[in-house]
Amino acid sequence: MKPSTLLAALAGIVVAPLVWAQGSTSDEIAKYRAALQDGNPAELWEARGEDLWKQKRGPKQVSLERCDLGRGAGVVKGAYAELPRYFADADRVMDLETRLVWCMVQLQGFTEAEAKKTPFGSGSDRKSDLEALTAYVTSESRGVKMNVALTHPKELEAYRVGEKLFYYRGGTHDFACATCHGEDGKRIRLQDLPNLMTAEGAQKAYTSWPAYRVSQGELRTFEWRLYDCFRQQRFPELIFGSDGAIALTMYLARNANGAVYDAPAIKR
Amino acid sequence: MGEPMKIRATLTGDTTEVKVLMTHAMETGQRKDAQGQTSPAWLIQTILVTWNGKSVLSAQWGPAVAKNPFLSFRFKGGAKGDKIVVRWIDSRGDQRTDEASIA
Repeated sequence: MKPSTLLAALAGIVVAPLVWAQGSTSDEIAKYRAALQDGNPAELWEARGEDLWKQKRGPKQVSLERCDLGRGAGVVKGAYAELPRYFADADRVMDLETRLVWCMVQLQGFTEAEAKKTPFGSGSDRKSDLEALTAYVTSESRGVKMNVALTHPKELEAYRVGEKLFYYRGGTHDFACATCHGEDGKRIRLQDLPNLMTAEGAQKAYTSWPAYRVSQGELRTFEWRLYDCFRQQRFPELIFGSDGAIALTMYLARNANGAVYDAPAIKR
Repeated sequence: MGEPMKIRATLTGDTTEVKVLMTHAMETGQRKDAQGQTSPAWLIQTILVTWNGKSVLSAQWGPAVAKNPFLSFRFKGGAKGDKIVVRWIDSRGDQRTDEASIA
């Protein structure tokens, strides 16, 4: 064998796997997700959440089965696809997590601090009831079309504030949400980021939360997603259930209108 | 006493496919917490699955199995309505038994 042929053969061996690795990383991640879809541990959270929903809890010893998520007291089916929304009883726009806290306070007699104590779980000794309840309620909207209304002035206001927040640049890195989520093909490490300025990107992203994060072994809600985005932006901590968190959720949920809701999902 | 498992058992032809989701920390004993202290190992070590009282799978697990494990396997036989019982025992001696019918 001539040296040049040998070199070409060697080059072939070296180059081929590199090309393969670059061209199909996102395909391989998609395959990994599909393989995990079958045994999604989010179901464990859904089951625990359903149990919590029906259990008599709190000082008043009542269940959440009379909680009004917007479609009438106790109606869970399809409720998440219409949230956030304006609630006259609270005179406020609320997302699901905030509404659950409201119900725990109003119906079950918990204090707000007790209800909000563990918004995000970590490990088996610090489980979050809110994450489990969120998993259950959202699972009851699987297959329902997103239909978030902007009919009440406060709903419209929340949407506008959310839009402002989305484009607001700040923090030590001078980042806005739009810095990472305003262009196609952006990524963090190997993870493709959705372009939330397109209808398709917003729909795909919003309808896939909450999700079980394999790398964390936890189910994560949309409030957590926003909270962690703020952390990654080096913004001040996003307060759970705050008007800011709800406004951003409103902006992104409304932009996902028309898409079929499909979560709790599973992510890397 | 662990949390309930999710068990699905479906019959296709003459084969039953069993899928089980378990809630467990599966702490490897290799990780350190924020204070630098090693988190002690805490793992499901034994899995036993029976079909109408007859053993169809037994396994010994170690630290390589993920948190909140998913187990899927097939065996020849089974009929709709037959009882599948899954049991795990962990390194603290805690255990959990759940059952499902083949659909």
